[in-house]
Formats: sequence, structure tokens, C-alpha cells
Amino acid sequence: MGLLDLFRKNQKSSASVAKERLQILVAHERSARDNTPSYLPRLKEDLLKVIRRYVDIEPDQVQVTLDSDGNQEFLELNIALPEDR
Amino acid sequence: MARTIVITSGKGGVGKTTTSAAIAMGLAQRGNRTAVIDFDVGLRNLDLVMGCERRVVYDFVNVITGEATLNQALIRDKRCDDLYILPASQTRDKEALTQEGVGKVLDEMGKTFDYIVCDSPAGIEHGATMAMYFADDAIVVTNPEVSSVRDSDRMLGILASKSRRAENAEDPIREYLLLTRYSPERVERGEMLGVDDVQEILSLDLLGVIPESPDVLDASNKGAPIILNEQSDAGQAYTDVISRYLGDDVPHRFLDARKKGLFGRLFGG
Repeated sequence: MGLLDLFRKNQKSSASVAKERLQILVAHERSARDNTPSYLPRLKEDLLKVIRRYVDIEPDQVQVTLDSDGNQEFLELNIALPEDR
Repeated sequence: MARTIVITSGKGGVGKTTTSAAIAMGLAQRGNRTAVIDFDVGLRNLDLVMGCERRVVYDFVNVITGEATLNQALIRDKRCDDLYILPASQTRDKEALTQEGVGKVLDEMGKTFDYIVCDSPAGIEHGATMAMYFADDAIVVTNPEVSSVRDSDRMLGILASKSRRAENAEDPIREYLLLTRYSPERVERGEMLGVDDVQEILSLDLLGVIPESPDVLDASNKGAPIILNEQSDAGQAYTDVISRYLGDDVPHRFLDARKKGLFGRLFGG
């Protein structure tokens, strides 16, 4: 700690700002990860199979996500159909 | 049965290849038959860091497709008899690394090697997931910097779900934190996340801290893994990493800033 630091004392160090930001972010991302039910990938696969019986689509055109808002959970299914159908 | 170690990070440029080269050399120096595989299909770099770029004839993809045998493709290190390098292919077809193919090659290597070190490409694409799929241990290379720490945490999530061990409900991959490009001086000044901060955020076993060092560039310039430079802080830190990985309880070094003189102390950083 040098003399010059005395004038910067009341400023938070950038490292502690980084730590706070990361703690919030990582906690958020981990809870999203851990709350995703393990059946989601299989559900997506099954849905894809059913849809493919009727329309020829790529795996990345089906998105299955689970969101929660307070007490309610939303299972969101997003299917992008090819344009020429 | 070989133990398969993936060197991973998510973020690029944090020192995965430097670490792969150092750890493979370190394990081999202690008499373990070790192979190091470059999974970065399309962008081959491990051969350069290992200093064997002019001896590459066949590569990983050639072995998978059957164009070459494993023995034809493996390059024996000239400094250490127990170390072999399997270079990446420069093909643009990233899908050439099939899960079945990789599994077969690793199985065959498992019969003769003690350790297989997998140098993962950056990102979370096919090459990176292939590098980690068969792993027993994962070394997550992280810089004390926000984007690197976040990406490392994402990799932990992927390690826990997209690996053979996870899919077969076996014991999970053992995960270790390796903090690289660490500058104790900057940590002391509050400019850089400290080792305790990163560990608190990621809650991983700390395998080692590699100090920021000009010797790392010097080592890659020469194609000699940094662990061979016994004078270097970074080289010594990697030597400690090997000891810790093999089960020795070695105290962490190079975590404190060098003491400054009177002038430095008066005027700070």
C-alpha cells in the first residue's frame, strides 16, 4: 500500500467488482443448469421424431426450454418450419 | 488401463496447449508412458509447442479413418523416451473426429500407455466435447479474468453432463482448477482476481497456480515445453502441478508479490 493509494482508498478495487459480478452470474447460470430436468434432451429427441414424420426439419430447428417465473414453470417449444412448405 | 486427462477451458488463449505440453512432459519425465493428443482439428498447434512439427507424417484423423496405424502416427519425443505426440489433422471436416473413432483409438492407446493427455480446442463445439467425452480427469485451465472464469464454469456443466462417465452413471470426472497467467503483484493491487476468489466462485480443487512469465513465450518459441525450464517460475510451478496430480502434498508457490524496495513501497503501484 503506497502513499498514492490513500487517495484511491474509497474506490472499490476492480478485482472485487469482478468477483461480485461473477458470483451473481455463476450462481444464476448454475441454477438454470441444475433446474433443467434431465428428460429435456430426450423429450426434444422424441418431439423431433414425431415432427419429422410430417416435416423434414433439422435438429437445431427445434428448441425446448424450461423457464420459471415465480411459482409457474413454462415449457417452451419453438419449432422453426422450413419456408417452402 | 490408461488414465485419460482432458485439458479444457472453454475460452481460447488461456494456456491449454502450453499446459498439455507441460503436463504430458512432466508425467513422462517421471517414467509414466504418456501420450498427448491434439484435438484441435483444423488448427494444429500442439506439434509446434512440443517442437515436433517437422516430424508429422500422419495424424489423429488418419488413424481414425484407418489410413495409418496408431504406431505410424505417434511421434516419439526426442527428449523423453516415454512421451508420444499424436498431432491433430488439418482437415477442415470437423466431424472427422467421430465418437466411435476417438473411442477406438483411445482404447487401443489405453493398452500401452499410463496417461493420455487430451489437448482440447477452445469453445464448446464438437472437438471440445470429443476431447472431454472419454476423460477420467479434467484440468480446467483458467485465467484470473471474468470471461475465462465464466467459461470455465460452463465447461464444468458440460463435463458433468456430456461425458461417458456421466452417460453411464459412473463416478464423475475428477475436476481440477489450474490458474494460469497469475500475477501476484496485480492481485495485491486489487487489479486481478486472486486465487481464493476464483476458487470460491468455481469451488474446485486447486491443482496449481502458474505465474505469468515471459519464459512461457520463450518456451513455445523454441518448441520446448515450459516444464523443461527448471530455472523458470512457471516451469517450477508446473513441476509442482505434476507432483500434486500424482498425490504429493506440495505447498503452492509464487502466490505472493515480490517484496518491493522503499521507493516502490512509498509510491505504490
